[in-house]
Amino acid sequence: MSRHDFGKECSVKVNRRTFIKGCTMAAAAMGLSEAMVPKLVEAAASDQRPPVIWLHFQECTGCTETLLRASHPDIGRLILDIISLDYHETVMAAAGHQAEEVLQETINKYQGKFICVVEGGIPTKDDGIYCKIAGRTAMDILADVAPKSMAVIAIGTCATFGGIQAADPNPTGAVGVRDLVKGTPVINISGCPPNPISFLGTVLHLLTFGKPPRTDALGRPLFAYGRKIHDQCERRAHFDEGRFAEQFGDEGHKQGYCLYKVGCKGPGTFANCPAVRFNDVGSWPVGQGHGCIGCTEPQFWDTMTPFYERLPGVDMPWGDGIVTGANSAGIKILGVTAAAVGIHAAVGIGKKIIGCGRCNTSSEDQE
Amino acid sequence: MAQRIVVDPVTRIEGHLRIDAEVDNGFISKAWSSGQMWRGIEVILQGRDPRDAWLFTQRICGVCTTVHALASVRCVENALGLEIPMNAQYIRNMIQSIHALHDHIVHFYALSALDWVDVVSALSADIGKTVQLAESLSDWPGNSANRFKAVKEKVQAIVDSGQLGPFANAYWGHSAMALPPEANLMAVSHYLEALDYQRKANQALAIFSGKTPHVQNLSVGGVTTAINPDNENTLNMERLYWIKQLVEEVQGFIKQVYVPDVIAVGALYADWLPYGAGVTNYMAFPDMVLDAKATSFDLPGGTIMNGDLGTVKPFTSFNDSYLKENVVECIARSWYDGDWTRHPYEEETVPKYTNFQDEGKYTWLKAPRFMGEPMQVGPLAQVLIGYAQGHELTRTYVDHVLSQVSTLAGAQVGPGALHSTLGRHAGRAIRAAMLSDLALKHWQLLVDNIGRGDLAIFNKPTFPKGEIQGFGIHEAPRGALSHWIVIQDGVIKNYQCVVPSTWNAGPRDDKDKAGPYEASLVGNPIADPEKPLEVLRTIHSFDPCIACAVHMLDPEGNEAVKVKVL
Repeated sequence: MSRHDFGKECSVKVNRRTFIKGCTMAAAAMGLSEAMVPKLVEAAASDQRPPVIWLHFQECTGCTETLLRASHPDIGRLILDIISLDYHETVMAAAGHQAEEVLQETINKYQGKFICVVEGGIPTKDDGIYCKIAGRTAMDILADVAPKSMAVIAIGTCATFGGIQAADPNPTGAVGVRDLVKGTPVINISGCPPNPISFLGTVLHLLTFGKPPRTDALGRPLFAYGRKIHDQCERRAHFDEGRFAEQFGDEGHKQGYCLYKVGCKGPGTFANCPAVRFNDVGSWPVGQGHGCIGCTEPQFWDTMTPFYERLPGVDMPWGDGIVTGANSAGIKILGVTAAAVGIHAAVGIGKKIIGCGRCNTSSEDQE
Repeated sequence: MAQRIVVDPVTRIEGHLRIDAEVDNGFISKAWSSGQMWRGIEVILQGRDPRDAWLFTQRICGVCTTVHALASVRCVENALGLEIPMNAQYIRNMIQSIHALHDHIVHFYALSALDWVDVVSALSADIGKTVQLAESLSDWPGNSANRFKAVKEKVQAIVDSGQLGPFANAYWGHSAMALPPEANLMAVSHYLEALDYQRKANQALAIFSGKTPHVQNLSVGGVTTAINPDNENTLNMERLYWIKQLVEEVQGFIKQVYVPDVIAVGALYADWLPYGAGVTNYMAFPDMVLDAKATSFDLPGGTIMNGDLGTVKPFTSFNDSYLKENVVECIARSWYDGDWTRHPYEEETVPKYTNFQDEGKYTWLKAPRFMGEPMQVGPLAQVLIGYAQGHELTRTYVDHVLSQVSTLAGAQVGPGALHSTLGRHAGRAIRAAMLSDLALKHWQLLVDNIGRGDLAIFNKPTFPKGEIQGFGIHEAPRGALSHWIVIQDGVIKNYQCVVPSTWNAGPRDDKDKAGPYEASLVGNPIADPEKPLEVLRTIHSFDPCIACAVHMLDPEGNEAVKVKVL
């Protein structure tokens, strides 16, 4: 868009056509039929904007930043027209005790009706002292807020699976929301950061139907995490025909060949990156020449490293044949299934399970 | 009797920060800055492949995404003595400059403007007068009556709905808010437009890097963005011209909106120019590299001591010994075991939480020092160091901004006024304007190099047996960033990040010298201790990033020791 085409871009009223387009794309991303679009539009534009409390714990704010990059809906429309973002440390104008008042007011006024978004891991070691906000630990805040919400959306691999701070040796005992919150629905939007459309699609689904979208065993919506990257990749034909980049910048790399041999973890990673891409410029990491690092998978910092070594256990239908246990594979690389099983076995130093406020289950019962 | 105020959490920043201040007769007399989160990423890095480190360190911060990635690949390359191809150098330069354009726009509008702009006051603005004001500052085509009318209606609708969302319970109507309603309405309009232009900067970035935040196109030895003008899957001329167009659009916003807005805020709040200088030792690292050996730069670096531009001393390469030998960190007042001051290569740290002690330990941040002194880092430092060295691009923009502020304020405002809270905003806007020029310059350098037939992007790293060490520097949006690595037999033995927000937000040291945040708050007026808007003004002017600031290292690979909670 040129600088002088400002009339369209600057309209702060919701342009209905753009807005419906956004809802249509969200519907498509969620695998919903066109017939659902009016319902989505209605849900997204209802008078009472659903309140959202966004909690930040051990995180880098990359997941909030990813929303800044979203275009449909863009951040302005999201927070001013679709939801009411009542508590969010990075964007809210209030600070200090005025900010904490807003938090308490929203919880009290909208009990059971607000959406709780969690960004960041929760440190559980040493009574959780490695992350404190307004004098309370992340564990205490989560225990206070999550059970009173309609649903929790854990955004990013830190909130879903503990994330980078949970990587070996996990110095702070970091875990994800599902390891602590029981009884309240928790939807996992993994990724480092996730594609904003996966989050936004989930919000619209929740608002439209009053329940979470269908998920896989790890709590991730099927519309965004139902297929392997490798199965949707534009370089898949090169893989099938045995055409590989052997090193960055070599002839194969310049021809856009498959990146498996320079470490791509696409064959072990479930996500929609090749389908929806990033930043509205048709980009995604593999498209630009770097392998997938498996960032939507549990404990990928341990299971997918070293990042520049080949993922073992991948059948290659051409070339050298099957390379299971290939010499160059790093010792840290495990299968993804093992990783998925391992996460729940790995957590739990001094953690406490947070019960559901509405189901009268004490935390002791949960443990 | 001094009154104690505590702001926790400080919002509109990255991370978890608490500020304590004592107020005496309406002015701050003493302050403490406390980082409230620790993640241990450097512990996690030990024993891993140095080629992977940049992907880990990038996750230190999603706001400063790209910066820890760049410093990390540079520290490994420094340890190996590995040069990278010029295409990789130019692509890295474009990544850092375009990221900074996004970052500076977001900081001024989304994270700090609401300290100076009263959103609710915009409701009483006269549309005609708003247009008049805006047109006197800039010829930006978005400054139209229809646009301002729509924004005013939008604000009215939000207020009427009773759901103020992120604008709830803020300091609206505060006596320190001094802008006329028309300036407030113009600023709210630009606040919303800024969201669109920061997105465009990210689009340009993502064409190089696959996505943002957290770019995925770097590698120790270069970049992974394949260049081939004859392939649809690589960086070709269609992609390159798309990047150029997006950067030009963002540059238009910076020069026609961001810079004029900062000039207006500086002039309309001229009574704030004396506040917030704090530590006036400045440090910046050279960047926007022009050669393979990293000895020639488009952004100058160096140090200034005691606010005296005559003391400027440059850093001249990525291996500068004046820089390398004079950085230390002190933990006397930080939640780690011990009270030592050490060089980054030598640090050993064990967390030891003691709760908040005014006269003891009170933060997860360490206190970095240069030649024993606290240093202020960030865009202002970089601009002052360039100005002091006679850097032409810096001089042009500094002189432009100061003369415009002087005209609007009706009083002569010289470079001395830059040592202030508002000066940090001016420095950031000036840096954004410079980087928009430099991004386009390096786009041309890249295209010229490709035109000469050079498509190289990567030199393969090989790791020797034995121990090697290196450091990588980068002038990030928040200032001087350095990563320090020790590699043993191709595996990370030690990793340490000395980060801009640690330089600025760090605590007192063993000699009780306050850090820049703490020093800058002293002398600030506080009109209403219940609503310490002035604290936010000064703290936000540094652009705090606390996820970056808190880090530690334990070379033994020990888990965090049991901490004692008082």
